[in-house]
Amino acid sequence: MALLEIRNLHVNVEGAEILKGLDLTIEPGKVHAIMGPNGGGKSTLAKALVGDDAYEITEGEVLFKGEDLLEMDPEERARVGVFLGFQYPVEIPGVSNTYFLKAAVNAIRKHRGEGEIDAMEFLELVKERAKRVKLDEGLLQRPVNEGFSGGEKKRNEIFHMSVLEPQLGILDETDSGLDIDALRIVSDGVNAMRDESRSFLVITHYQRLLDYIVPDVVHVLLDGRIVKTGGKELAKELESKGYEGYNEDAA
Amino acid sequence: MSASTETIERFTNKGYEAGFVTNVEEDRVPPGLNEDVIRTISAKKNEPEWLLEWRLEAYRNWLTMSEPDWQYHHYDPIDFQAISYYAAPKRDEDRPQSLDEIDPEIKETYDKLGIPLHEQEMLAGVAVDAVFDSVSVATSYKDKLAEQGIIFCSMSEAVQDHPELVQKYLGTVIPANDNYFAALNSAVFTDGSFVYIPKGVRCPMELSTYFRINAANTGQFERTLIIAEDSSYVSYLEGCTAPMRDENQLHAAVVELVALDNAEIKYSTVQNWYPGDAEGKGGIYNFVTKRGLCAGDNSKISWTQVETGSAITWKYPSVVMRGDNSVGEFYSVAVTRLRQQADTGTKMIHMGKNTRSTIVSKGISAQEGQQVYRGLVRIAPTAEDARNYSQCDSMLMGSECGAHTFPYLDVNNSTAQLEHEATTSKIGEDQILYCMSRGIAEEDAVSLIVNGFCKEVFRELPMEFAVEAQKLLEITLEDSVG
Ligand SMILES: Nc1ncnc2c1ncn2[C@@H]1O[C@H](COP(=O)(O)OP(=O)(O)OP(=O)(O)O)[C@@H](O)[C@H]1O
Ligand SMILES: [Mg+2]
Repeated sequence: MALLEIRNLHVNVEGAEILKGLDLTIEPGKVHAIMGPNGGGKSTLAKALVGDDAYEITEGEVLFKGEDLLEMDPEERARVGVFLGFQYPVEIPGVSNTYFLKAAVNAIRKHRGEGEIDAMEFLELVKERAKRVKLDEGLLQRPVNEGFSGGEKKRNEIFHMSVLEPQLGILDETDSGLDIDALRIVSDGVNAMRDESRSFLVITHYQRLLDYIVPDVVHVLLDGRIVKTGGKELAKELESKGYEGYNEDAA
Repeated sequence: MSASTETIERFTNKGYEAGFVTNVEEDRVPPGLNEDVIRTISAKKNEPEWLLEWRLEAYRNWLTMSEPDWQYHHYDPIDFQAISYYAAPKRDEDRPQSLDEIDPEIKETYDKLGIPLHEQEMLAGVAVDAVFDSVSVATSYKDKLAEQGIIFCSMSEAVQDHPELVQKYLGTVIPANDNYFAALNSAVFTDGSFVYIPKGVRCPMELSTYFRINAANTGQFERTLIIAEDSSYVSYLEGCTAPMRDENQLHAAVVELVALDNAEIKYSTVQNWYPGDAEGKGGIYNFVTKRGLCAGDNSKISWTQVETGSAITWKYPSVVMRGDNSVGEFYSVAVTRLRQQADTGTKMIHMGKNTRSTIVSKGISAQEGQQVYRGLVRIAPTAEDARNYSQCDSMLMGSECGAHTFPYLDVNNSTAQLEHEATTSKIGEDQILYCMSRGIAEEDAVSLIVNGFCKEVFRELPMEFAVEAQKLLEITLEDSVG
């Protein structure tokens, strides 16, 4: 069974149709990349998948492990294993990063019928994962994303993902704003999590990221639809040719 | 995001959890206010002549004053003749000598509120002077404190046992004619707490008083006086809650603090009086005058408050920094929901050289709650190198509530350095979504965000109190989860 199956998804934002019948299937263990011009609907897809209700689903269906994802509340989606690394992570003043993650971990455990995580165990987990993505330990005690640099925010998203260990990691332009070293570290963090059951949906503008996180499938999302799907070489092609040729296809 | 908006609404619809009434027979003076009533109160309390005269003078002053109308409040006129100005638990003569002797019903009330005195004493080492209506019914740890020369008793007892101290300090920080409600309090105050910390003594435990308004139609006029002698320290906790009822209950307390050279007073309040129902009916009117005087050099007074209750709040805990290098602080979280109205803030009066003040005010408005922050920072010509930092943040939950900030500055010395920051934010739906996308339930997300917003104030509270305050905020803003 596919991990994620999106069929004919239509999404409206503020009355305007942004996704216009999108189909996408992700098998377990696969990395899919989505590329496409600004405003094409990539973040809209990500937000619709996590359940932001500013994004109204007007048609279509989404199955996650065979279950109707659209029926679930956002927190439920997270608990069954969907994670989004936001393009613009928000700040939560006064709430420490660690405290926040502990609340998240315990909510997920509770959903699975497990007890709260042992404090020491959690601390060790957090330290180990922070090290993995070379997140400054100082950022663990700071309020979530508050005053973090652009790159630190992105790295923090990957850190959250590696602590929460989702089934599906959706990364919305996690590479933008990262310097070369950070890009490699973040990619290593993702690669360390790759296994035969976990999948990723990586949204990016740059082929460069895909040199590190090598995708199994690459899609072009343009004007609310997937207009082309190919292997990792498609990304290289897009890098040199741009999206010019697709405009007419989509129209 | 409509789902979030809905949750915010559910959160703020939390019923008042402390709404129950205790039946204790009362010994009360019939409603009405005149010189005879004041004489009766004074006589019942066996007060010295000077105190009666002081009360009467305050009353005569009050008659010439008018109720303030500049604040951001709307309420029907108060009928001061309809209020009974004195009520005491009936068995006055055989008041309990220890906590064990407390009326089981009163104890039960405290238990229902989640503040069992016994546990508090044992776990936290807190001395409890519980004010039930107007007369103290329980005082503990007195002996232990007395060993160090600390006096912690009810104001009535202080008048009997330490009249010279009361006479020396009463009304020196807040004169009897300071304002309309302070004058009324001075005329008719019934009881409250008295604390005296001798020179060089660091009070070994947090002193705590739970106030509870319990007699229908009885205005409560507490009077509290705390004196910290040279190089002494005390932390005082005040927490209160009231039973649910329909009539508006007037509450006009006066709290005076005096800190002498190198002394420090920390005064913390958690206030949870009945806020009235969704239509704005019932609820406590809370018109309080609180002021601290940093009389000595290097002295420090800080007010920390978490206010979630009362229909109307009119309250500006202030610090007068007369001593050189003295410090004034004000940390506040105020929540207004339903139709609550709060006009609150602080006054920082700098007189001494190199005086410093900090103001951190966090206002949360929900439903139809209205909130005003009104702060005055005054730098006197004598206050060389004074510094103030003010931060006023408002958080709005929903679209029918309001927050307004009025910072007043009165700077008369050019060496002063003042810094002011103010923010207003809507509780972010993007913040809530972010939490939910990590698996955190919507309700938990809201309390997480609200608690984070209030963090700077909570961390000023003593440990156990901070936990209580956090819980209070949660039950105030949350609907039952799940
Ligand atoms: N919350 C919103 N309110 C109004 N319009 C929105 C909102 N979210 C997205 N849109 C609009 O939907 C369209 C698609 O936006 P989206 O963010 O999905 O694009 P994108 O493919 O992620 O672009 P980029 O590469 O720039 O990140 C844009 O025209 C955008 O303005
Ligand atoms: Mg985007």
